[in-house]
Amino acid sequence: MISDTIAAISTPLGEGGIAMIRISGPEAVSITDTIFFAKKKCSEMQTHTVQYGFIKEPDSGLKVDEVLLTVMLAPKSFTKENVVEISCHGGLISVKKILELLLRYGARLAEPGEFTKRAFLNGRIDLTQAEAVIDLIRSKSDRAYSVAMKQVEGSLSEKIISLRNILIELMAHIEVNIDYPEHDVEDLTYAYIADKCKQSIQLIDDLLKNANQGKILREGIVTAIVGRPNVGKSSLLNLLARENKAIVTDIPGTTRDVIEEFVTVGGVPLKLLDTAGLRETSDIVEKIGVERSRKSLLEAELVLFVLNQNEPLHLDEFNLFKEVENKQVIVILNKTDLPAQIEVEQITKQFSEEQVVKMSIKNDKGQLELEKVIANMFFEGKIESTDSSYVSNVRHIHLLNKAKRSLEEALNGTHHVPIDMLQIDIRNAWEDLGEVIGDSVSESLIDQIFSQFCLGK
Amino acid sequence: MGYQAGEYDVIVIGAGHAGCEAALAAARMGCQTLLVTINLDMVAFMPCNPSIGGPAKGHVVREIDALGGEMGRNIDKTYIQLRMLNTGKGPAVHALRAQADKFFYQNALKETIEKQENLTLQQGMVEELIVKDGVCQGVITKTGAEIKGKTVVLTTGTYLRGKVIMGEVIYESGPNNQQPSIKLSDCLKSLGFDLVRFKTGTPPRVHKDSIDFSKTEEQPGDVNPKHFSFETTKGIDEEQLPCWLTYTSGETHKTINNNLSRAPMYSGVIEGTGPRYCPSIEDKIVRFSDKPKHQIFLEPEGRYTSEYYVQGLSTSMPEDVQLKILQSIPGLEKVQMMRTGYAIEYDAIVPTQLWPTLETKKIANLYTAGQINGTSGYEEAAGQGIMAGINAARKVQDKEPVIIDRSQGYIGVLIDDLVTKGTNEPYRLLTSRAEYRLLLRHDNADLRLTPTGYEIGLITEERYGNFINKRNNIENEIQRLKTIKIRPEPQVQDVLTELNTALLNNSVDAASLLKRPEIVYKHIEMFSPSELELTVEEKEQVEIQIKYSGYIEKQLLQVQRLKKMENKKIPSDIEYDDVQGIAMEAKQKLSNIRPISIGQASRISGVTPADISILLVYLEHYNKVVAARG
Repeated sequence: MISDTIAAISTPLGEGGIAMIRISGPEAVSITDTIFFAKKKCSEMQTHTVQYGFIKEPDSGLKVDEVLLTVMLAPKSFTKENVVEISCHGGLISVKKILELLLRYGARLAEPGEFTKRAFLNGRIDLTQAEAVIDLIRSKSDRAYSVAMKQVEGSLSEKIISLRNILIELMAHIEVNIDYPEHDVEDLTYAYIADKCKQSIQLIDDLLKNANQGKILREGIVTAIVGRPNVGKSSLLNLLARENKAIVTDIPGTTRDVIEEFVTVGGVPLKLLDTAGLRETSDIVEKIGVERSRKSLLEAELVLFVLNQNEPLHLDEFNLFKEVENKQVIVILNKTDLPAQIEVEQITKQFSEEQVVKMSIKNDKGQLELEKVIANMFFEGKIESTDSSYVSNVRHIHLLNKAKRSLEEALNGTHHVPIDMLQIDIRNAWEDLGEVIGDSVSESLIDQIFSQFCLGK
Repeated sequence: MGYQAGEYDVIVIGAGHAGCEAALAAARMGCQTLLVTINLDMVAFMPCNPSIGGPAKGHVVREIDALGGEMGRNIDKTYIQLRMLNTGKGPAVHALRAQADKFFYQNALKETIEKQENLTLQQGMVEELIVKDGVCQGVITKTGAEIKGKTVVLTTGTYLRGKVIMGEVIYESGPNNQQPSIKLSDCLKSLGFDLVRFKTGTPPRVHKDSIDFSKTEEQPGDVNPKHFSFETTKGIDEEQLPCWLTYTSGETHKTINNNLSRAPMYSGVIEGTGPRYCPSIEDKIVRFSDKPKHQIFLEPEGRYTSEYYVQGLSTSMPEDVQLKILQSIPGLEKVQMMRTGYAIEYDAIVPTQLWPTLETKKIANLYTAGQINGTSGYEEAAGQGIMAGINAARKVQDKEPVIIDRSQGYIGVLIDDLVTKGTNEPYRLLTSRAEYRLLLRHDNADLRLTPTGYEIGLITEERYGNFINKRNNIENEIQRLKTIKIRPEPQVQDVLTELNTALLNNSVDAASLLKRPEIVYKHIEMFSPSELELTVEEKEQVEIQIKYSGYIEKQLLQVQRLKKMENKKIPSDIEYDDVQGIAMEAKQKLSNIRPISIGQASRISGVTPADISILLVYLEHYNKVVAARG
C-alpha cells in the first residue's frame, strides 16, 4: 500500500506569508521534476538542500508561482520516504494550483494524517506514539467526514447524483446485455453509448467551469453570526462584507434564511453565515430560519455573538451562552451609542475579556478592534479551518477531470472497442464521481440492473 | 438403536452439484470419503433448468475444470446443445452454455462417482452432526448409523426444511417431491447457526407432442461448438437438438392479473426471500406491467424424453391457473402440462458465518457449500463444492487451505462476496460482480487455475505437461510478434487494402499491427507464420493478450494493489475491542466477520478507509509487541 506518492498542503489556511506543500513517496522527485523549473532540476539536487525556482504549468509554460524547493531523500526524512517540500506564496490560488498540478502528474491527495501514518509504519515514530497516530487519523477523518457531509447537501451533490444516474443507467444497460445475452432488451448501439458519454462530459464541463470560478466550494473559516432578533447581526455582516446583501430593517425577524458571505477580515478568510435571530417563534417561515440557524451554529468554527447592550440580557441569550460553550466565541456588545444595560461582568463570567468587543455598528465603531481580535485568535491557532474544505475543492476538480478523461476514452472507443471494455472506463468515471460525494458502492449497479430490466428463467 | 457405521476422512452430505464436486475432490486427493444422500436416484439431479453455463456461470464451470473438477467433463459428455453467447462482445464475456440431457448428466456423474477410488456413495438421511468441544466429528443418520468423519461437508441444497407451494397447496418437501431434511435444520439451529429462509421456483414442464412448433422460433446450437473442459477434444456424435422461442400474450397477462388473489407471492403465504434475477412470471407481470410480452424458451429436457422445460414461466400459481397461463401462449394452445411449476422455500445459513475456506467459524472441521450458503445455480454450487472438498481434505492432511482470490477467478468473487458481505437473496453470479472481468475470461481459466489444481493434486502429470507446453507456446509467440517486423511489402499492403485499414508507411512490429481493430491473428500468420505448430486455442490467447493489452495492463495494475492488501494478514486472535479509534459500527462488523486480511476487511460494508488505516497502525503495533515477546 505504501508505494504511491502522496501530496498535501501542510500549512494552515491563511492569507499572506508562506504556504507549504509536502510530497512524500517514491515518485516525489520525478513528479516535482515535471512542474518545477530552475537552474537545477529537483532530481539533480543534493538531499537536504534548497533551490529557488518556478512552478509552471508544463503544457502551457504558464508561471504559477515562484517557490523554494527543499529535498529530503529517503530514509532521512519525516516519513523515511523521498520528501519534497514546496514553499510558495501564501493565499489560496497558487497553493491550490500547485497541488492540482501534483495530482495531475501522478500524486495522490494524502488522506487525513497520512504523513504521520507513514512515518509510523516506516518505523520513524516510536511505538508509544501509535495511539496518538490513531487519534490523529480518527479526528482528522471525522472532521473531513463532517465537511464532506456538508457538501453532500449542496447543489454540487445534486448535480453529481443526476450525472451518476445517467451513467448507472447506461452501465446497467451494458451489463444486462452482457449477463443476459438472449434477453429481449433493446439493442445497445455505439451511437447510444456515445450520446450518453457526450451528455455526461458536457455536464462535467459545466461543473468544472463553476469549480474554476470557485463556486463549488468557497473557502474560509465557518463563522456564524448569532444573536436575538434585531441586535444587529445583518448590519455586522454588511459592515464586514461592505455590501448590502442581507435585508436590513427594524422589524425583528426579517432575516429568515442563512445568508453567506466570504470576506477577509484582518487577513483571515471567513465564510460568514448571518443567521435568523434565535428565539422561540410561532411564525412558520421564521421557524425554518431558526432551525437553519441552529444548524449553522453547529457547523461553525467561530461564533460572533451579537448582543444589544441597550437591553438587559434575555432568557434566549442565556440559553445561547450554553449552546456556544464549546465554541470559539467573540461576544460583540453592539449599540454602544445607546446607554448600557448590560454589565460586562455578566459576560466575563463565561468569556475572557479579550473575547469581548464593544461596537456601534451603525456608526462604524469598533470594527478595527474586532478585526484585531479575529486575527489574534487565528494566528494563535485558536481558530482553525477544517482544512479539507479547500483541499476538497482541489480534490473535486481532480476527480471531475479524471472522470471526464475516462468518459472521453470510452467515447473514443465507441466504434470498435467491445462494450465490456468501454464499461471499464464508464465505471471508472462513475466511481470517481462517487468519490466526490463519498459514495462508491458497487451493489447499487446490481440493484439498478434488476429494477430497470425484467429478467428471469 | 444407534450403531457404529465406520470412519472416514471426509463425509459429504448431499449429492447435488456441490456435494459431487466436494466428494470427488476429496477422494482424488487421497482422503477416504463418504458421500451420503437422501435418494441415490437424485445424484447430480437438475431440479430446474436443464442447462449449464452462460455468462459468469460458464466461466465457473471452466474454472472448476481447470482445478480438476468434474462438471465441465460431465456436461461435455451429456449435452444436447452447445452455444457460445456474447460473441459480438469482448472475449472476457464470451460465454458457453449447454442444454443438458438431464438424465444422461445424472447417470454419467453417478457412474464417475461409483468408479472413483476412495469414494463411497451411500443412501441415507443425515439428521444430526456429532460435535464435541466445537469440533465436528461425524454424523448420525435417521436409521441410527453413527459415522465418524474427521471433516464434514454440508451441501443440503433446498432440502433443509423444504416446503413446496403451488397456489393454495402447500406441503413439506424437497425439490421434485423428494423427502425434505427437517431435523438437520433443527440441529444447525441448536448449534447456534443463524439461518435464513430463502425461496426459489421452477416452471411447469410440458409434453413435446402437444406443442405447435410452427408458431415458435427455432434456436439451434453452434455448428462447430466449443466445449467446457480443457481436456475435451471431441464432441458428442449425435446431432444437437434445438430450443424454441415464443412469447407471452395479452391473454397471459390478463389471466395472471385476474388470479393474483390466488398467487402465494401476494397472499402472504411465502415468507422466504426470492431472487430478483429470477422472478416468477406473476412477479414480472406485476413489476413490469408496461412490458407487453415476455420471452418464453421451450427447452428439451433430454434426448429420450418428451418433457420440455418452459423457461421464463417460473410460477407458484395454482395448478389450474398454470394450465390457463400455458395455453395462452402462442404454440402452447393445446399443451399438455406434465409437471406443475412450484415455489420452494428452504433454510440457508447466513454465509458470513464462514471463513473464506468455507469452514464454519462456529464449528471447526464443518464446511458448507452450495445453496445452503445462500446461493442459487448449479455452477455456483459446484464451484463452492470443489473448494469445500479441497479444503476439508487439506485440513485432514494438515495442509494450508486454498483460497482463490477475486483476481484469480469467479469462484473467488463468489466466495468472497458470500463470506464478506453476506446476501439478502439467493445469490447469483454475474460478470458485473467481478472487478477484474477482463482478466477472468473463460478462455484463460486454465492459465489462471491449472497450476493451483496441479499443486493440490487434482491435475494429472500428463495434463499439466500439456498445459505447460501451451503456456510456453503462447508466451513465445507473443514475444516473437513483439520483435518481428512487418514490412510494407505489396503482399502486405494488398491485404491491408482489402481489410479497409491504413497502409504501412514503415515497418512495424507484428504486435502493433495486431492491435488494429480490423486485424486478427490469421492475417499476421499470412505475413509471418510461426515456426511452432500452434493450436486454435493458443492462437486465440496470443490474439487476445496482444489486442487488449492496454486494458489488460490497467487491470493488472489494480490487481497488484489488491494483492498487497490481501497479503496483509490479520491474526485470527485479534480483539477488535482493543483497537481504539475504530468506529463502533466497523468494530462490530469486523468482530463478526473476522476478516483474514486487510483486503477482506476493506470490502466489509460500513468499514471506512479511516478504519482500515487505524487497523493497519494497530497491526503494526501488535506485530511488534508480539515479536518483542518472542
